[in-house]
Amino acid sequence: MTSQPPARQAQPARQAQPAQQGQPAPSGPFAPQASAPQVPALSLRGLAKRFGDKIAVDGISLDVPAGSFYGVVGPNGAGKTTTLSMATGLLRPDFGTALVHGVDVWQHPLQAKKLMGILPDGVRLFDRLSGEQLVTYAGLLRGMDRDTVASRVAELLAALDLSEDAGTLVVDYSAGMSKKIALASALIHAPRLLVLDEPFESVDPVSAANIRDILDRYVISGGTVIVSSHVMDLVQRMCDHVAVVAGGRVLAAGTVGDVRAGASLEDRFVQLVGGRNHAEGLEWLRTF
Amino acid sequence: MVAHLLRLKLTLLRNSVRRSPWQLVGLGIGSLYALGIVGLCVAGLLFLRSQEIELAQTVVVLGGAAALLGWAIIPVAVSAADMTLDPARFTTFAVPMPQLLAGLALGGLIGIPGLATTVVALATVGTWSRSVPAAAGALLGAVLGVLSCVVLSKVVTTATAGLASSRRFKDISAVAFLIPLVLTGPIVAGIARGISGSGDFPAALARTLSWTPAGAAFALGGELAAGNYAAAAVKFLVAAATLAGLALAWKALLRRALVTPPYAGTSKRRAGGPGLFRIFPATPAAAVAARSLYYWLRDPRYAGALVVVPLLPVLFLFQGSQSGFYGPFQFVGPLTAFLLAWSISTDVSYDSTAFALHVAAGVRGADDRLGRAAACLSFALPVVLLFSIGPFFFTGAWDRLPGVLGLSLGVLFSGLGLASVISARYTVSVPLPGDSPFKKPPGNVAQTLAVQFGGMAVLMVLVAPEVGLVAAQFITSSPVPGWIALVLGPVLGLTLFAAGVRTGGAWLDRRAPELLAQLAVNR
Repeated sequence: MTSQPPARQAQPARQAQPAQQGQPAPSGPFAPQASAPQVPALSLRGLAKRFGDKIAVDGISLDVPAGSFYGVVGPNGAGKTTTLSMATGLLRPDFGTALVHGVDVWQHPLQAKKLMGILPDGVRLFDRLSGEQLVTYAGLLRGMDRDTVASRVAELLAALDLSEDAGTLVVDYSAGMSKKIALASALIHAPRLLVLDEPFESVDPVSAANIRDILDRYVISGGTVIVSSHVMDLVQRMCDHVAVVAGGRVLAAGTVGDVRAGASLEDRFVQLVGGRNHAEGLEWLRTF
Repeated sequence: MVAHLLRLKLTLLRNSVRRSPWQLVGLGIGSLYALGIVGLCVAGLLFLRSQEIELAQTVVVLGGAAALLGWAIIPVAVSAADMTLDPARFTTFAVPMPQLLAGLALGGLIGIPGLATTVVALATVGTWSRSVPAAAGALLGAVLGVLSCVVLSKVVTTATAGLASSRRFKDISAVAFLIPLVLTGPIVAGIARGISGSGDFPAALARTLSWTPAGAAFALGGELAAGNYAAAAVKFLVAAATLAGLALAWKALLRRALVTPPYAGTSKRRAGGPGLFRIFPATPAAAVAARSLYYWLRDPRYAGALVVVPLLPVLFLFQGSQSGFYGPFQFVGPLTAFLLAWSISTDVSYDSTAFALHVAAGVRGADDRLGRAAACLSFALPVVLLFSIGPFFFTGAWDRLPGVLGLSLGVLFSGLGLASVISARYTVSVPLPGDSPFKKPPGNVAQTLAVQFGGMAVLMVLVAPEVGLVAAQFITSSPVPGWIALVLGPVLGLTLFAAGVRTGGAWLDRRAPELLAQLAVNR
């Protein structure tokens, strides 16, 4: 890793510390200078959404402390993506509010979106642009000036191992490369809050480690990251806070240490969510 | 197994309809269209029953050969091959090869093109129902012919699967295919003139084709009707050998394809730079314009429009040279203005869920609208001016230029304004990004038609003043209404343009997430 994180300067003093020590997020001295530490980076109150007959999100309330590395885990169809979409202004909730650093996402969307970098899951990219052009486009759309955009694009592409493919059209990228270029588009404007929906899906291990480094340094310097993932191991290693979501509700939330209560996050997750069927039946599978 | 594959195909078809009742409406519209064409063909074939054997034989054989050619070329050329039963999906199921082949071939008959071909081919039995052997021969020929069509199409799509899965080939072939499509009129006229000039050329061609794999199957009925049993026997052998040969070729290709999935090679490009993003001003609106311009060039769904536009004057010029009357040619400018301005009414639908970037970045609605319209305007304005003025060098009726020019500019600006409003509020079903422009789009066909025709009706109202003035000039032959149109067109147009960008922008500011949700339905 040669490049700096796109946000503020890293503070190498804390870089060596593992992230899952189970303590509250680094706040106070490491929080961004502007906001008071007690204002959460993201505060959801009673968010709910219904698609036809199906209630996708059933009143989720959650506080993401500023400066935390927050994992959102849940089984398939738990409402993670729907919740994050409503929290980031991509999907209008039926009920509830979402505040980003105290700014209401649905009352003042333009202000709130300035504070956020979003990597949505399952949306297309403007893939007839080259990788470099796509990230440049994301920066210019945010109203950034040209020189800043140009220098940040170069750094981001280098940090995400995409310099070799800067001129390739995104449509010719592999799934992992597309994920990385979308991440770069979310980082370009140095947001205070990063909301990443499944950021490590189909990303190769080396790039994933690089991305984790970038995110760790970003958090250490006071930024807030929210990631959703299926991979419990990753969340346990990477995040300091976690929320377990299933059936559109929050089953548990807090620091990773509190939530897992001594067990591994995976065991605790299965315990909370249920649905394990203890491999009974299927005897025929052993008869060949 | 074969029955399983057929049931799978039917289930897929039924489920695609079940997703929304509007799918059924779309399928209904497609079927009606096919039904019209099939009806015409069947009526023609039945009419041929009372005609001379020679003529009927010529038509049937040439038609059969054309059908074979169509089945071979069209799926590849428009990269819209029916992949619902893509053989690659069966690799893990270990289906025995003969049954897989039979199932896929019969599955290819389910669907509008397959059914249409089958019905028309069976209608040749009607043509040859002059004697029992002739009708039986026609039936046999129709079965052999239709199966050959399907299998040939499978051979071609399997053989070119590697080629066809490369993005560059898809992009180019989809756009290139438009050229003959647009020029169908002149091409058909040219061929017709060539044929009528060369006397009994078609009959000779049909006679030759009927001995080759291209026409043998469909010649069976005619030969038996004429009593040429020996010739019929030979042609049956040719047709049967054709089908067998095609099936063997398909089997070999499929066997290879099942174990070597096509690899869509990509080229790495390191250099490139931000291109237009560096040239345009560093504002959100200009960035949107630069992005849109790249899409006009790189996305075949947009580039198709750019290929059609230069062909328009060619078409009108041809029509004028045929009839000696250049009246419609004068209006190629307003028509082009309409086509280009209207093309951005589907802009957000073309973005599909990539539009999420605009929502996430909090782009102001007016910036989004202005950028898209400006990108279109940047090339539409010169083209429209050229096409508005150019025709008068042919007609010489320069007194009509001001009116036509005013109409062109009015249509262009009003159209862009209206399109900016429409695409901010309504999504239409369009081919998804990366799909062929000819591919049947998923989603709500009825809403698409309502939005498109409703929008065009509104546009007619918006440009009614200019149209009225030009009509007045043509009727009264007074130049005054023309000059008024020249002033009124741009003034009214630009006013509507500004209003459209502002209204569309305000709608977008209010409803961008809802628009995104609509787009997500058809991703």
